[in-house]
Amino acid sequence: MPTTASSAAHALTDVTASDGSLRRFLHGLPGVDTVGLEARAASLGTRSIKTTAKAYAIDLAISMVDLTTLEGADTPGKVRALGAKAVHPDPTDRTAPTTAAVCVYPDMVATAKAAVAGSGVLVASVATAFPAGRAALDVKLADVRDAVAAGADEIDMVIDRGAFLSGRYLKVYDEIVAVKEASGAARLKVIFETGELSTYDNIRRASWLGMLAGADFIKTSTGKVAVNATPANTLLMLEAVRDFRAQTGVQVGVKPAGGIRTTKDAVKFLVLVNETAGADWLTNHWFRFGASSLLNDLLMQRQKLATGRYSGPDYVTVD
Amino acid sequence: MASAFEYAPAPESRSVVDIAPSYGLFIDGEFTEAADGRVFKTVSPSTEEVLSEVARAGAEDVDRAVGAARRAFVKWSALPGSERAKYLFRIARIIQERSRELAVLETLDNGKPIKETRDADLPLVAAHFFYYAGWADKLGHAGFGTDPRPLGVAGQVIPWNFPLLMLAWKIAPALATGNTVVLKPAETTPLSALFFADICRQAGLPRGVVNILPGYGDTGAALVAHPDVNKVAFTGSTAVGKAIARQVAGTRKKVTLELGGKGANIVFDDAPIDQAVEGIVTGIFFNQGQVCCAGSRLLVQESIHDELLDSLKRRLSTLRLGDPLDKNTDIGAINSAEQLARIGSLVEQGEAEGAERWSPACELPSAGYWFAPTLFTNVTQAHTVARDEIFGPVLSVLTFRTPDEAVAKANNTQYGLSAGIWTEKGSRILAVANKLRAGVVWSNTFNKFDPTSPFGGYKESGHGREGGRHGLEAYLDV
Repeated sequence: MPTTASSAAHALTDVTASDGSLRRFLHGLPGVDTVGLEARAASLGTRSIKTTAKAYAIDLAISMVDLTTLEGADTPGKVRALGAKAVHPDPTDRTAPTTAAVCVYPDMVATAKAAVAGSGVLVASVATAFPAGRAALDVKLADVRDAVAAGADEIDMVIDRGAFLSGRYLKVYDEIVAVKEASGAARLKVIFETGELSTYDNIRRASWLGMLAGADFIKTSTGKVAVNATPANTLLMLEAVRDFRAQTGVQVGVKPAGGIRTTKDAVKFLVLVNETAGADWLTNHWFRFGASSLLNDLLMQRQKLATGRYSGPDYVTVD
Repeated sequence: MASAFEYAPAPESRSVVDIAPSYGLFIDGEFTEAADGRVFKTVSPSTEEVLSEVARAGAEDVDRAVGAARRAFVKWSALPGSERAKYLFRIARIIQERSRELAVLETLDNGKPIKETRDADLPLVAAHFFYYAGWADKLGHAGFGTDPRPLGVAGQVIPWNFPLLMLAWKIAPALATGNTVVLKPAETTPLSALFFADICRQAGLPRGVVNILPGYGDTGAALVAHPDVNKVAFTGSTAVGKAIARQVAGTRKKVTLELGGKGANIVFDDAPIDQAVEGIVTGIFFNQGQVCCAGSRLLVQESIHDELLDSLKRRLSTLRLGDPLDKNTDIGAINSAEQLARIGSLVEQGEAEGAERWSPACELPSAGYWFAPTLFTNVTQAHTVARDEIFGPVLSVLTFRTPDEAVAKANNTQYGLSAGIWTEKGSRILAVANKLRAGVVWSNTFNKFDPTSPFGGYKESGHGREGGRHGLEAYLDV
């Protein structure tokens, strides 16, 4: 692989010239050894994060949360409650940082925007026929434009896993490019649904495909399938963004989503970021947690560090 | 918020282990002073703090211990295998119960990170006792005849790099097959063996079945030379191994030797690069490189040399060196001042011969014995750092162009203990592995151990196998 940024950039524009060249490029990426990858993720999971480092990690993790509600039953009231919580996560302690964003369906974007107005909390919207992505491109783009028009700062799109798994990489690439364009100034998070991609080799290929097409973030999953973010698939994506920046100079963010519920887990992910991509990614501009129940555990651990005592679920808000 | 994610110190508590100010020899189920009253001190390599004073066995003590083992052999070898198994299972369970204590002790005495003693050494120690406990009543089915007999008294000499694990590799198969044991731990790391003596008492092991004689080389020499020892098992340096081989030649003693190595870790251009980098790190920086089967020669296909070296250097920059009791420490202390001096002189020689030396920015503690992780590039087969075992955190990087060249370079060594192959191509793994002259060949991994897997060397890396079914043979009259 080329090592200088200029020749790399040139080579990387060539690879998207056709389905064939894109396939050759993606299949030419170094393979992933499952056992080794999972062993590395597990070994980083044994880092012992205590006292000042833990306090730092908890506040950092809170600031990285995309506080999410993606239910068919979402109402304006629910979204307003979520927005209020994003702005003041801990009503008993105003020193708690705000979350990075609230993440909602497109029809709730305007409500969410109003709820977080003036706080610095961003509004992210899942679009492109989330979570299945099974709709015509026109429909997906309309979904995106709708969210952007309502004020979304960030768009979370799902890729067409069917096209990816059947090897139609250029179709996936073109869709991401189109969505990126439709997103305008909003930052684009590309969701791979890693649980459905099934192999680590596929996850690495999808990561590069997403980055080549202009993703601002690559994101593991929708949270709607059985296997969502894991330490191993997140580690792999962190390697991908690290290598992509080394080759092109372009930095891309990472967002594990789904299944991260405890402070302990969140801290393990931060260790993965710290020791894989590096400290440059340790801000909410480059790393996010897609989570809804994580925040309360972070807050309870934060209260524990502040008071020396465990509180309980009644000392944090239900939404 | 601080500006960076600095990990606060996370030290494992020392209070879980109670180190006595002095220890005796363990002979015939009792702790006793050395006949001539000699003692030596054992220090913690990370702080140079004196941990304890230990009796130093002399020739007279060796004679007493071998005598005790000989007397115990009569009853021990006559026990049904299932009875011996009960003792071994009991020992294994006690090791598990006391594993935190033993891990801290081993880290204090050896200098290796608690992460390794806790997650690698101790689980393997227990696993070896469990595994050989399982064989004790099935020896007739091991392929050595229907009723294979033990040899008698085993004289065992072990090194300082894995004090308790090497003890387990030696004692578990010896006891399972009905032998009794006199074991000499290394002079820099005698404590875990003495704690093991206590475990033998806790398990109610009959007197004299296991005897522990801390001491220096002269103690080991006396043990090996003792006429009533039937079997010699040694793990350590090639020079001492050769001396032992000369000493026992012409006697009826059986001998197994597990000696030095200069393992080749071969990375092909289609390797899973990120995992290969991890494997290279595990291969040479595990236990500060003080591993006889370390992958100390990295053979990289020329086409990916620069890319791989970039990745490797970046990865080395994330290694955390320091207090071995800190749970976040990756690289601990070198075991002794002597070993540190030896590493230093070989590294200087490497530089003098023209190899290019590199280490990540790394602050070394002021007390104790420390050596920063080190890479040598521009290394050729003619360089000393490509030929001599350094036994420290020093990796020599060489290149190759074709699989044949990789095999030729990997085999071009007086050793033959281990090798590694990194490629996504299964057929290449098999083809190359078959041509490598090494006792263990790992593919897409490195430094993985399991009691069921035999371990041992070719050429000057020794002879005989430990572990697995093969490991029984060394302790049976076959």
